[in-house]
Amino acid sequence: MPSLKDLRNRIASVKATQKITKAMQMVAAAKLRRAQEAAEAARPYSERMGSVLANITQAVGGGGDAPALMTGTGKDDVHLLVVCTAERGLCGGFNSQIARHARDHIRRLLADGKQVKIICVGKKGFDILRRDYASMIIERVDLREVKTLGFVNADAIARKVIHLFNEGAFDVCTLFYSQFRSVISQIPTAQQIIPAAASSAQPESADGASAVYEYEPEPGEILSDLIPRNIAVQIFRALLENAAGEMGAKMSAMDNATRNAGEMINKLSITYNRQRQAQITKELIEIISGAEAL
Amino acid sequence: MAEAFKFELVSPERLLVSAEVESVVIPGAEGEMTVMAHHAPVMTTIKPGVVTVKNSSGSEERYVVFGGFADIVPAGCTLLAESAVAVKDVDRADLARRIQEAKEDAADAKDDQSRSKAEQFLSQLTTLEGAILPA
Repeated sequence: MPSLKDLRNRIASVKATQKITKAMQMVAAAKLRRAQEAAEAARPYSERMGSVLANITQAVGGGGDAPALMTGTGKDDVHLLVVCTAERGLCGGFNSQIARHARDHIRRLLADGKQVKIICVGKKGFDILRRDYASMIIERVDLREVKTLGFVNADAIARKVIHLFNEGAFDVCTLFYSQFRSVISQIPTAQQIIPAAASSAQPESADGASAVYEYEPEPGEILSDLIPRNIAVQIFRALLENAAGEMGAKMSAMDNATRNAGEMINKLSITYNRQRQAQITKELIEIISGAEAL
Repeated sequence: MAEAFKFELVSPERLLVSAEVESVVIPGAEGEMTVMAHHAPVMTTIKPGVVTVKNSSGSEERYVVFGGFADIVPAGCTLLAESAVAVKDVDRADLARRIQEAKEDAADAKDDQSRSKAEQFLSQLTTLEGAILPA
């Protein structure tokens, strides 16, 4: 049976923890709002990019001059997985969900006899995947120093990926991230970025996409300029979604922690009060029985 | 007075401009061009340079863009810029850094084609620097 002093100490420490989790929850809420705003602000660009890309693909018509980034190498022996996770923990199952999704995918690929290479964005995913697939991790991108995610960060990753592709280091590239649905729901998603999945691009029909465009320079040339940029945009979007998802997951995780701490404090307080009462009763009995003995 | 049309300047981070404007000067990859209402549909890549937007009210705004492309249809013009800032907010240090990087790229280029590309980019940047910064 813990003494009164022990109980008091425990209550104090749980209270301190509760304060911390409460503060973290509020910080996450504020950051979530900012992350959501950033994700929203980035949406017009990626949407326009999508429609422009669809238009131009139509113009090129998937002919022979489409760049390799779009058509692929024609093989799918070597797979590159870009796994985007958070830099920090304490956000519930967020990181492990993405990692599990990636791991399932890796296992499937390995079972099919493919070769797998991994680029880890974010520390947590690296820590998890390192346990099983350390030899496959070829790169690790650290974004811990980055305060606000900029397009430059995504561009740097995209450049690495494209560089590897041009060297022929892989055939298919898949991006793993967590899609932000709401504060309580983030969906781990796999998205193939090289070769670009053509079906996702629907030509925009509203303002006369069939209109004959003039291209400056040639469509093929624009396309070869556009596709790398599109990859960067996809990665940027994934990073932003991840940032929002991380904060959402952290918020609900910290909310749970705060509630648990509250419950614990209640239970401990009841035990503490009971024990105190028991001690008072005991002392009274001692006094009364002492008085009676006289 | 010329007819107004819809112009949007978008960078990956945010939507910078979305307004009814009278004309826009775009630094196209194959020369500058002025876009006005009912322009023929054109799609062009853009080089680093200054975009000049003339509002319907007659006031002018200037933005510096670093590469990207423009999608022009009769009803409007969308400019997707890799990065865009208003001229008055241009960060000299950032520009200097980009020029430095371009110089390194030009020096590192392995074959003639990529070297000429890098050198072209560098000269575009230096022209841009000259255009926006008072000497």
